[in-house]
Formats: sequence, C-alpha cells, structure tokens
Amino acid sequence: MNQANEQQTATAQAAPILTVEGLSRKFRRKYALEDVTLSVPRGVVFGLVGENGAGKTTLLRHLLGVLRPTTGQVRVFDRDPITDPVAVLSRIGFLSEERDLPGWMTVQELMRYTQAFYPDWDEDYAEALRDHFALDPHTKIKHLSRGEQAKTGLLVALAYRPELLMLDEPSAGLDPVARRDILEAIVRTVAEEGRTVIFSSHLLDEIERVSDQVAMIHEGKLLFQGALDTIKANHQALDVTHPTVTEQRPDWSGVLYARQEGAAWSVICSGTAQDVAEAARSRGWSITEQHIPSLEELFIARVRGGKDRGIMP
Amino acid sequence: MRLNINAADGMPIYRQLIEQITLLLATGQLKQGDELPPVRVLAQELIINPNTVARAYRELEQAGLLELRQGAGSYVSGAGSPLAKKERRKRLLARVDVLLAEASQLAFTLEEVLELIQTRHAAFQQPGRKRNDESSE
Repeated sequence: MNQANEQQTATAQAAPILTVEGLSRKFRRKYALEDVTLSVPRGVVFGLVGENGAGKTTLLRHLLGVLRPTTGQVRVFDRDPITDPVAVLSRIGFLSEERDLPGWMTVQELMRYTQAFYPDWDEDYAEALRDHFALDPHTKIKHLSRGEQAKTGLLVALAYRPELLMLDEPSAGLDPVARRDILEAIVRTVAEEGRTVIFSSHLLDEIERVSDQVAMIHEGKLLFQGALDTIKANHQALDVTHPTVTEQRPDWSGVLYARQEGAAWSVICSGTAQDVAEAARSRGWSITEQHIPSLEELFIARVRGGKDRGIMP
Repeated sequence: MRLNINAADGMPIYRQLIEQITLLLATGQLKQGDELPPVRVLAQELIINPNTVARAYRELEQAGLLELRQGAGSYVSGAGSPLAKKERRKRLLARVDVLLAEASQLAFTLEEVLELIQTRHAAFQQPGRKRNDESSE
C-alpha cells in the first residue's frame, strides 16, 4: 500500500520539464539521431549515457534549439526551443563540451559579461561559487587549467539559478578533484533547490552515482530510458555452467548478452533476481554467481548483445 | 558516520547505504537516539543523488531501525513496533534463503553454515577486533 502511494506521488511529480518525440536528425545522409522519444521529469538528475559520437551532444543541441529536428518534436518548459528561444534559453544553464569561453577575458570580466544577459543573475551566489571553486577573478580564462575552465563554465551556468542545468560531458578530461567539484555542484543543485539537471557522460560510474533517471544512446538510437532503480531491479548478471553441453549458449528468454569464459558463461539478462534464477535452472544451468549489474555492465551487454544478434539472427 | 559508496559495484547505492548503516547499528557504532545526517547533507558528502539517501532512510524506517521525525531529522529508533519486527523478519528471511542457496551451491553442509554463523557472531561481539574474515584479505 505504501508502494502504491509512492507510485502515485511519483506520477504526480512527473509532469515533465521537457519531452522529445520521434526526434530524427540527419546530417547529409547519415542519421545522427533516429526516432528518439524521451521525457525528463522535474527535479531529477537525468544522466545521458553513450559512447563518444553516439548522439548525446546532438540531442542536447536540439533541446537548446540550436539544431532543428529533421522530423519529430522537442518541447522544453512546454515551449518550442526553435520558435521561442529567448523564453527557453533564459531558463537553462548550459555547459558545453568544448568549453567555448572567451579566452581573452578574465574570470571577473566573463562574470560581468554573462550577468548582462541574465536579469536573474545572483551576484552573491556567483561570488560564493567563485570562492568555492577557488578561481582567481583576475586570471585570463586562457591561462586557467582545464579543470578551472570547467568550473568557470559551470559558475556562469549556475549563477542565475536556472530551472534546468544542462551539462555536456562536464568531467571529460578532468582530474579526479575537479571531477568531484563538478559532481558535487550537480548534487547541490538538485538537493538544495530541487532544480533539474541533465548531464551527459561516457563515465558510467559517475552517471550511476548521481542520477535518478538514465537514458542510453547508441549510434543515434535510444537503447532505453527509465528510473535507475527500476532498471537495476530488472536486470541480473550471472555466471552459469551447464553440466552436460558446455558449448550450448545460455538462451532463456531475457538473455541480453552471454560471453563464454572457459566452461562457464557470463550472462547479463533482464528480469528480477528470482525469475532469472528460475529460468536458468529450469534449463539445467547452475548458477555460480549472481549480482545486480552495474550500469557499465548493462551498457556493454546492450551494445554488444545488439551487435551479436545483428550478425547471427 | 563513515560510509563508503562504490558506484561501479552494481549493488544499488541505496542498498549499499542500508547495508552499511545496518552494520553500524549492529556493531553499536550507531546507538538508539543518535541522529543521522539530513538527507541533503549526506548526499552532498557522499556525492550521490539525494533521492537515493531518502530512499535508504525510508526503507530503514520501514524496517523499524530509524525514526523519521517530521522536519526534525532521522534518529536511530528503539526496539521498534511489532509490525516493524514482522517486516524485519521478512527481510532477514530473504537473506537466509540467499545464504542457504549459495551454501548449497558451494557444497557446504547446514552444520558448517551454522558453525560459520556462530564464529562470525562471536567476532562481532568483540569490538575492536578485525571483523574481516582472513580469507577475504
């Protein structure tokens, strides 16, 4: 009964901050995104997972209204970012992967410059962030380290307290300390003010750490989207052996990926712990190890499993 | 409160929290009436999603281990209500089943399992002594 209540509350809160429907985008003849449909609830950390070149940045650019869909629809704050860019962009804080900040400006100059565009700029908050990130106001941006540039970009994305914070590969190429600062800022953003964060990363452990919801993109297609807890509750990783036919592949329903290791097989499959164990045993497999897969294991299983099926239908 | 989260482990982070807090309770490092850090504070400290912390606290409350006082923080509760006891029993039962399944898989007899439990229990009763089994090092 408690669970039912929780689900009701979750549905009530789930009025999405943005929706993407059947979004496809072609660059020349190649699809960069193909029929992507997803929605992001308010107040969550939404992790976008995928290899480099999978389409994460292209998707984010559509949310910002920088790219126009070939087909499909994008709504942010229930508006079209292409036709209504001011209303959308003034409520989004964005940190791009390229960190395209003007190198010739000092930190302080960039802060003043950005402030001019945003009526909601919070001077005290900006100063507190600068202090927290230990950024010298008089250093030119081109002379900052990679980590400091990322923090500067984050500062100007946060200081007007946007409803939606969008970060494209925020920790790519950063050292662990700078990565920690970035992740901490993400957590603080949702924890203290209940705002929404979308961030893309190819580092699955950091997505797993801070996300409520995840979406996996591979070669322009959405592999899956959902609450991380639900995804994890519905997948299992197991090592199995078969007493008689060792060359037989584990093939009970739900198997996403199976890799042979000596006489044993490592399997990633969908289903609850109990269902999966029953399915395996009913086919004569004995289970030597069973655990909940990490996002990384799941991603590899989805990507490789998909390929295997493509080659051997 | 010393907690350690491993995001690459596979075990959901809220479960890791529950297990570690339960262990702190079992070993007396957390005592009845102790206050736990607020959800936001713990989330920021561990760099994890605040909803994850909230879920762990909620489940610990349902198990009768924590008491969430509206707007006044989370405290380690006393013995817990009979309902909570039932819930705790249910939870333990699930773990016992897993243990027995694994023991049979690894060809341990019931006597050996019971003996192991007693050995481990004795180790828990001696504070300060290293609790890790030597084989895990």
